[in-house]
Amino acid sequence: MTRIVTMTVNGQEHELPSPANRTLLDVLRSEGGLTGTKKGCDVGDCGACTIIMDGKPVNACLVLAVEAEGADILTIEGLQHAPDRPHLLQEKFMEHGGAQCGFCTPGIVMMAKALLDETPAPSEDEIRFALAGNICRCTGYTKIIEAVQSAAEELNKARAQ
Amino acid sequence: MRRFDYYQPKSLEEASALMADLGSEASIIAGGTDLLVEIKEELRKPRHVVDIKKIPGLRDYSYDAETGLRFGALVTARDLEIWAPVIEHYPNLRTAVAALGSIQVRNRATVVGNVCRASPSADTIPPLIADGASLSVYNRGDERQIPIEDLFTGPGRTVLVPGDIVTGISVPPSRPQSGRAYIKHGRRKAMELATVGVAVSLERDGDTCTEIRIALGAVAPTPIRARNAEALLRGRAIDPAAFTAIADAAMAESTPISNVRASAAYRRDMVGVLTRRAIGQAMGGV
Repeated sequence: MTRIVTMTVNGQEHELPSPANRTLLDVLRSEGGLTGTKKGCDVGDCGACTIIMDGKPVNACLVLAVEAEGADILTIEGLQHAPDRPHLLQEKFMEHGGAQCGFCTPGIVMMAKALLDETPAPSEDEIRFALAGNICRCTGYTKIIEAVQSAAEELNKARAQ
Repeated sequence: MRRFDYYQPKSLEEASALMADLGSEASIIAGGTDLLVEIKEELRKPRHVVDIKKIPGLRDYSYDAETGLRFGALVTARDLEIWAPVIEHYPNLRTAVAALGSIQVRNRATVVGNVCRASPSADTIPPLIADGASLSVYNRGDERQIPIEDLFTGPGRTVLVPGDIVTGISVPPSRPQSGRAYIKHGRRKAMELATVGVAVSLERDGDTCTEIRIALGAVAPTPIRARNAEALLRGRAIDPAAFTAIADAAMAESTPISNVRASAAYRRDMVGVLTRRAIGQAMGGV
């Protein structure tokens, strides 16, 4: 039976139809048209579908859409300030070459945002620990870590001023 | 994903009656990080999925020096991972929850779900067994306690019956001069299932070990106690010279299988190494 699931996605209320056996990931991508959130493994191993749900990073492939009734969802599309104004993390990923094929990037950027919201000045170990559930098969992670470190530094500089 | 009917009971009574009515074709969903994978991979084919997240009171967790730790069925691995009383008083459970999947998974996965899934390699089970933890179970108006070490009957199988809703877990308080450790052994640091997991919780009086519980994961059809190994230390002076015999006893109590993650022989060897190491770590916490 299809239900109408009401949730806030990137600050806007959405009513999305979903049967019980559909994941939040599929509904966001197909019914919501938000294809920035990627479908990699679909079993919670790769992190490409990472979104922020009620303030916490989760794998959208392991949440049923019906479980998201009333939830506040942030996806990669909600991160940028305006169409031509990327989020600081996105800028830093570009600057440092933190993406190659780019498939894992939205999930990693969302996880990095969740990390910096909680831990504004993370150590390299803390960044690696936080990103353990985001698999990148291209980069070897070094430039990704550098991008996150650089974003953290700039955020903290801005805060100090 | 296969089709299923989805229910959201608003009370324990309603959930329990529903689960009793629906019988064996119903699965409870809490965090869903195991269940949804099993449904997608057709390892489990429930016709009914009962979501217990609308039931009030199951998200609570508390710690008291007299009564210990208690947490409800909806408390996530991440909730406990970042909570000071767990970090301070239950370093074994802390190690286990922090090694379970990724942060994304731990923000959904519940500890009660990890226990009830009854995987022989579940990270949270050995430390909870070693600490003497028990489950609170509700069934149509009745409540009962089940020691976690008595819960399992085989891989993925427990003594729970239709209508049972596990409401939470209680872990006894730590006594003075006690120590506890959990060591997870895998091929990599994160996103890994345990090849072997060893938990040791002990109490001492001066140089004498007054109580010890050793729990082993991933080396038998269910998590097990290494009772013969424990008996070699309980009530005796703690003597590192005896550790080899204790480790040998724990190895002899293991009945591991060979699979994609490790051979049986390697697992048994690691039980010896890690039992010795975990006793050392638990002593360090005394």
